[in-house]
Amino acid sequence: MSTIRVILPAHLRTLARIDGEVNLEMEGPSTPHAVLNALETRYPMLRGTIRDQVTQQRRPFIRFFACGQDLSHEPPDAPLPDVVSTGEEPFLIIGAMAGG
Amino acid sequence: MSGVRVLVGTRKGAFVLTSDGKRKQWDVHGPHFGGWELYHVKGSPADPNRLYASQSSSWFGQIIQRSDDGGKTWEIPGGEKLPEPYDPPGGMSNNFIYDSSTETGQPLTTHQWYDGTQHPWEFKRVWHLEPSLTDPDTVYAGVEDAALFRSTNGGKSWQELPGLRSAKGHLWQPGAGGMCLHTILLDPGNPERIFVAISAAGTLRTEDGGRTWQPVNRGLKSPYELPDPTAEVGHCVHCIARHPSRPNVLFMQKHWDVMRSDDAGESWHEISGDLPSDFGFPIAVHAHEPETIYVVPIKSDSEHYPPEGKLRVYRSRTGGNEWEALTKGLPQQDCYVNVLRDAMAIDSLESCGIYVGTTGGQVYASADSGDSWMPIVRDLPPVLSVEVQALP
Repeated sequence: MSTIRVILPAHLRTLARIDGEVNLEMEGPSTPHAVLNALETRYPMLRGTIRDQVTQQRRPFIRFFACGQDLSHEPPDAPLPDVVSTGEEPFLIIGAMAGG
Repeated sequence: MSGVRVLVGTRKGAFVLTSDGKRKQWDVHGPHFGGWELYHVKGSPADPNRLYASQSSSWFGQIIQRSDDGGKTWEIPGGEKLPEPYDPPGGMSNNFIYDSSTETGQPLTTHQWYDGTQHPWEFKRVWHLEPSLTDPDTVYAGVEDAALFRSTNGGKSWQELPGLRSAKGHLWQPGAGGMCLHTILLDPGNPERIFVAISAAGTLRTEDGGRTWQPVNRGLKSPYELPDPTAEVGHCVHCIARHPSRPNVLFMQKHWDVMRSDDAGESWHEISGDLPSDFGFPIAVHAHEPETIYVVPIKSDSEHYPPEGKLRVYRSRTGGNEWEALTKGLPQQDCYVNVLRDAMAIDSLESCGIYVGTTGGQVYASADSGDSWMPIVRDLPPVLSVEVQALP
């Protein structure tokens, strides 16, 4: 069992009625796919807001980061960095930059 | 009547405006869902405190919200945080899946793109929510890319009525705002009959509760938009309206032309008459006078503002053709806002009220059938939709 820290964009924190980070207790390998599964199971209102509910494809204006690396285009089943799996570093879900 | 409640959807949230029956003093509550686009908010005729809202974002997609206390608090149907240990996921309130199953669906083919090529059908957002006239838990959703969905469990899950897409869906095409199903008319006397309107397909009607549909566009002419101006489908219908006492009489604001049908859409004839422009978006019918109708003329399909910089609601008391400008209390110089298709509403109080929301963020109200107007809120984000409820 490991604790994964997830940071959500403000709009999704409001939607899920979350203050601050989300801590997810997870078993098995930590991957973006597994983190999102755990996140959506705990917060069903987030389903469809980060990835398509059917295709599981990341929404176009959503990006994933950890340890300063852009993981958005990594395979969803690729292992996350060890420091994310141990909770030392968070998994960041970020809305693409927009506006003036 | 104890009062009225106006539900306003904007580019950056929803607002709930309340007043007593005099409709002079207004309280503004909101924004709800600040920062999100609220294409439509509408209450159930069967339970005025049951509201549905379409919340969407280019970043995060579609959300359906529901209120059971007239908009004071909201929830995502079936989206409650699950207790530990987590059960299997609950509702699917934002899961709009086109039904392409062999058992009940229609093949998910393609529709026309702007350049005439074929394009895949893709869900983008909910434009319009139409609660059932009798059951607070039943609600219809008109979506982009155009299709009709229905929920019978208060918005927790949605099922497409796929027969609609088989009504020559391959010839439908997006208008400037996308290929959206924006109008849903339920029939108080015949639950099997529904009208919908799609930009740009036209008007379609079902007589069997949504299983099968037929286009009803005879008489529409679109010489500047279609290679065949009188095509069966493809017309850019912006809005249709009807008085509940006369289910066969329909009024339409088309891209260009204001139209009327007296035979449930079997045929249409033009009633633009002496309007300064017959381009526009919304159309509405007086609550107590079935031959009194309202439109908001807009200069042209590229100039989305009122002619001469004067915001004028036009009223016909003769069912069309003869129109009068309603100007008292509306800006009559330097006004270059638009009024979108779902942004005009009628209340059912004895002295009929009319409400118009603009892309400039104003909501104007008239408590005397349009004779005089006042802004009930001035500086909202651009208004996408306005609905009104008369409260018992």
